[in-house]
Amino acid sequence: MASMTSYESNINKVNESAVDRIFMMGNTAFLSIITIIILLPLIFIVAASFSSAEAVIAGRVTLWPVDFSLLGYETIFEHKKVWNGFANSLFYTFFGTIFNVFMTIIAAYPLSRQDLIGRRFITFAFIFTMMFSGGLIPTYMVVRDLGLLNTRWAMILPTGIGPFNLLITITFFRSTIPPELIEAARIDGASDFRTFRSVILPLARPIIAVLTLFYAVNTHWNTYFQALIYLKDQELFPLQIVLREILIQNSIDASMLIDIEDLVAREGLRELLKYSLIVVASVPVMIIYPFVQRHFVKGMMIGSVK
Amino acid sequence: MLSFRWNRVTGAGKLWLRIRRNWQLYVLLALPLLWLVVFRYAPMYGAQIAFRQYSPAFGIEGSPWVGLANFERFFNSPKFEPVIVNTLVLSFYSLIAGFPIPIILALSLNQVKARMFRSSVQMITYAPHFISTVVIVGMLFQFLHPRVGFTASLAQLLEQSPPNWMGDPGAFRHIFVWSGIWQEMGFSAIIYLAVLSTVDPALHEAAVVDGANRLQRIRYIDIPGLMPTAMVLLVLSTGRVLEVAFEKVYLMQSPLNLGVAEVINTYVYKVGLLSPILDFSYSTAIGLLKGIVGLLLLIAVNNAARRLTDNSVW
Repeated sequence: MASMTSYESNINKVNESAVDRIFMMGNTAFLSIITIIILLPLIFIVAASFSSAEAVIAGRVTLWPVDFSLLGYETIFEHKKVWNGFANSLFYTFFGTIFNVFMTIIAAYPLSRQDLIGRRFITFAFIFTMMFSGGLIPTYMVVRDLGLLNTRWAMILPTGIGPFNLLITITFFRSTIPPELIEAARIDGASDFRTFRSVILPLARPIIAVLTLFYAVNTHWNTYFQALIYLKDQELFPLQIVLREILIQNSIDASMLIDIEDLVAREGLRELLKYSLIVVASVPVMIIYPFVQRHFVKGMMIGSVK
Repeated sequence: MLSFRWNRVTGAGKLWLRIRRNWQLYVLLALPLLWLVVFRYAPMYGAQIAFRQYSPAFGIEGSPWVGLANFERFFNSPKFEPVIVNTLVLSFYSLIAGFPIPIILALSLNQVKARMFRSSVQMITYAPHFISTVVIVGMLFQFLHPRVGFTASLAQLLEQSPPNWMGDPGAFRHIFVWSGIWQEMGFSAIIYLAVLSTVDPALHEAAVVDGANRLQRIRYIDIPGLMPTAMVLLVLSTGRVLEVAFEKVYLMQSPLNLGVAEVINTYVYKVGLLSPILDFSYSTAIGLLKGIVGLLLLIAVNNAARRLTDNSVW
């Protein structure tokens, strides 16, 4: 009887793993197809960016460079506007992120303290802005009335605190800093400022890393709309606005193409330039992201706990 | 010393003492609160120009009241219907097509044991999330370009005439939605993967003992485990149907596709800041209408979700 059962369960196991093995093969195939779909456009762009203008305009590029050439990149590197945009984006991202992270941390710590009177109300006041806002024009009017239009401040000050980022930071403080620790610091005679500086900030390093990435990539480096409405002066344009002019509006300095007389070749270079520009614009984030990916994932996970 | 006094005081005195005891925390909060009032709540106050005929000479409080005239103008405008319809179609198409895919991806990834394969797939599928909207739309234009694009090269290889999808208004919605899925499916799967990692392994062990295969375990353990999170995310996105990925829509617009590509937010922007005669009040009225309806919608779907499933955002 006992041997019978184990025999049966063995059969069961064999059947089960056969079903599972087919499932796992299907699963691997599915994930491979998804991966290929994600990669295909990226590979095409990179391949085209290293091809010759003639091959690009003739539509001969698929997934490998045709008539290898660096002409697109050379032309980009001579384009002052692109570099100016790069420098501006770096500036906005650097100072903007410092401002965002600072504001978020000093808001989140008090709001994470259970003994703070009014914390629910104030937290709600922040969260509410996620659900309702004054709208585009009224916000524009505030920025205008503060005299920030067409200044670098317009790219930094209005971004302030992202409600989602504030939430994950509050959650982080609540779950990693035990109230006893704060109480202990108080008993040792530390003021709240002192506790914040000497106890909280050193413990906040992981969340600061997460916030830095979220703000730098999502709020600053990759956005264009703020710049579109608040900036008029070309000298202040961040990279994304320059990219929009070239990639979307198809406006390229004629001087960039002046050496080329043949109309077709000129058209080819115009397109080639775009491919190279896409690569150049995406490379900084693409290089950094594999190393910091886990921080993003961590941030999303703290967010999902909420 | 402090805690001794603490125990003695009661009522309002106690409250005041607790506030005073934490005064430094309020000092920390002061700057963020100032920012919140200036950049988030002052615009809400300024939104009253939706009920006025704003003119810069008179300012916000000085401009004459016009009641609901700006709203009526929008309701009676020939733009009203297409703008609302386009917004809703684009939103619900994105929502319905985009909602299940990250869940399927997460369930599938969760089954993979080979670490190298798993982390490579994750790394690659997350990557497009980090590409900016401008570059994504630029890529779309290049990839689908009727002469120099990938689709053109492919058509040439197959000796077909190349398609011109970017110039085809009928293709706009599909391109918008599926490029969005392409960009975000990996990153959206992160939350679900995180939830799946918290599913009690004992459940799976018990199911294996009972002879359940992997598909059955996904069906009866993993999917129910994901439901609460999925519900919350669905509620959040349903509450935001009037928003659409406005930055991307705006970049994808062309004179050809405007009939299907004009959404509330792009219209608000154009009326308010781009048209020859800037109409702040009219633009604000449309934006305010969108904001209020959106807020009511969020509250409604949240209540519905709570009643139906016990899961809600608040």
